[in-house]
Amino acid sequence: MSTTRHTPNGFAILLPYRVTPIRMIFQISPLSTAVLCFGSVMVVSSAWSLSGPTVLSPLEVIVKWAPLLLTGFAFNIAISLLAMLLGTIAGLWLGLALLSEIKMVAAVSWFVTQVFRNAPWLVLLFFVMFLVPFQVTIFKTTIPLPDWQKATVGFALPVMANVAEVVRGAVRSIPSTQWEAAESLSFTRRQTMWLIILPQCIKRMLPPWMNIYSLVTMSTVLASIVGVSEMLTLTAQVHAAEGGRPELFAPLYGFALLCFFLYCYPINLWTAHLERRFHVR
Amino acid sequence: MASNWTPDQPIVECVDVRKSFGSFEVLKGISLSVRKGEVICIIGPSGSGKSTLIRCINALQPISAGSIKVEGIDVSDPQLDKLALRRKVGMVFQQYNLFPHKTALQNVMMAPIHVLGQDRREVETRARALLAKVRLAGKEDSYPGELSGGQQQRVAIARSLAMRPGVMLFDEVTAALDPETVKEVLVTIRELAEDGMTCILVTHEMNFAREVADHVYFTDRGVIVEHGPPDTFFAAPKDERTQRFLSQIL
Repeated sequence: MSTTRHTPNGFAILLPYRVTPIRMIFQISPLSTAVLCFGSVMVVSSAWSLSGPTVLSPLEVIVKWAPLLLTGFAFNIAISLLAMLLGTIAGLWLGLALLSEIKMVAAVSWFVTQVFRNAPWLVLLFFVMFLVPFQVTIFKTTIPLPDWQKATVGFALPVMANVAEVVRGAVRSIPSTQWEAAESLSFTRRQTMWLIILPQCIKRMLPPWMNIYSLVTMSTVLASIVGVSEMLTLTAQVHAAEGGRPELFAPLYGFALLCFFLYCYPINLWTAHLERRFHVR
Repeated sequence: MASNWTPDQPIVECVDVRKSFGSFEVLKGISLSVRKGEVICIIGPSGSGKSTLIRCINALQPISAGSIKVEGIDVSDPQLDKLALRRKVGMVFQQYNLFPHKTALQNVMMAPIHVLGQDRREVETRARALLAKVRLAGKEDSYPGELSGGQQQRVAIARSLAMRPGVMLFDEVTAALDPETVKEVLVTIRELAEDGMTCILVTHEMNFAREVADHVYFTDRGVIVEHGPPDTFFAAPKDERTQRFLSQIL
């Protein structure tokens, strides 16, 4: 597959991820970005259209294949949403386990969190892809496990570890006087956590959580390496179908880039907005 | 836990209570007893262990030696059901510690509903009555952030009362308040005392102690230096340390 060609030394995304507040220095509105990108695609393609009548211009190629490519993009979004859902649910429990008063539970969950937070996402993906069978048989019922489902689990693992860390940090940031007040009113530890502490944490957790989401979305293209038919895989196939013309490379991958940018940039803007509003220190 | 406490016995009884943080002994043998319906004030300079003492009474902090009994329940018993103990003891903090994501009414209702499992409608009626009692009718739907310090503190008092405790502990509840809101909180506590609630207050409000307390304890460096009914205590303090403290503060 042609995509492996341009992944020699590693993606920036493969580096261990840490939740740090985003500091936006300057901001472009999503609309003007779209106009800008569309304009540059137009310039490239109009330059092309002068040269030959028989072959399709890059813009025509993109228009022709856009439905397929956008279906692929929708698949990326679906994988990211599902991975985020799974990872958030698992991460919430893991985060609570990190805060457990039972030392053994806290130690084991600390270990799990660290392993998944400090492993490259691609390595985790490979592990899930190659260690989980393509189907499982439970009580004579065979459940097939297609690649995209395994990939989703592969992305959910680092999400889980990062969400766990976000939960732990947020719970720790609630003043201990809240615990004392609840204690003096005879709330059990569990009641205090679910009724008093966690509801106060939601605001604090939202910006880093959304940050994780935008990272997951961008990472879903890693699934192309393990053969899931998401946008990048389809882009490579479209490129091959159009004869692998070198001048199509930039417009086609530029289109993929644009789709992800238009999806993730507003999320990041909104995250920064929430961060300012909630005054997260 | 079986306790054969009867109302004619002290409701809170501390005997030679000692408490250390590391090698530093904060309480060096405190003994006091409080009868049902009594109001006692504990006064003394900062760092004398007053707050630690009342935090020990509802087992927010364990004691190192001695014994504390609340309605006959031994607080230092390793098998102690802390939650059962805390249902009998209400506590109000210096910094109010209301739950910021809940309205005043919800703050008052939460513990009876979730801890005691009482009927929501019955609890709500009682909570509204309690808020009216602390003169906060009309503020039921305000969040703590929208209330003044004095108002928040009165919500905190109502929140504790909703559990129908046998004893109320007040830990310097007016220390963080603006001077003009101190009075409204003190009036609330005084009304509570007049209703027969047993109250243990750590306070710097000497006038309040003089008017409302049945008994005043003066602590310094972890020991009770002097105690007595307020008229004799304030009029003729015997110990030199008490005299010095009172002359500074009055």
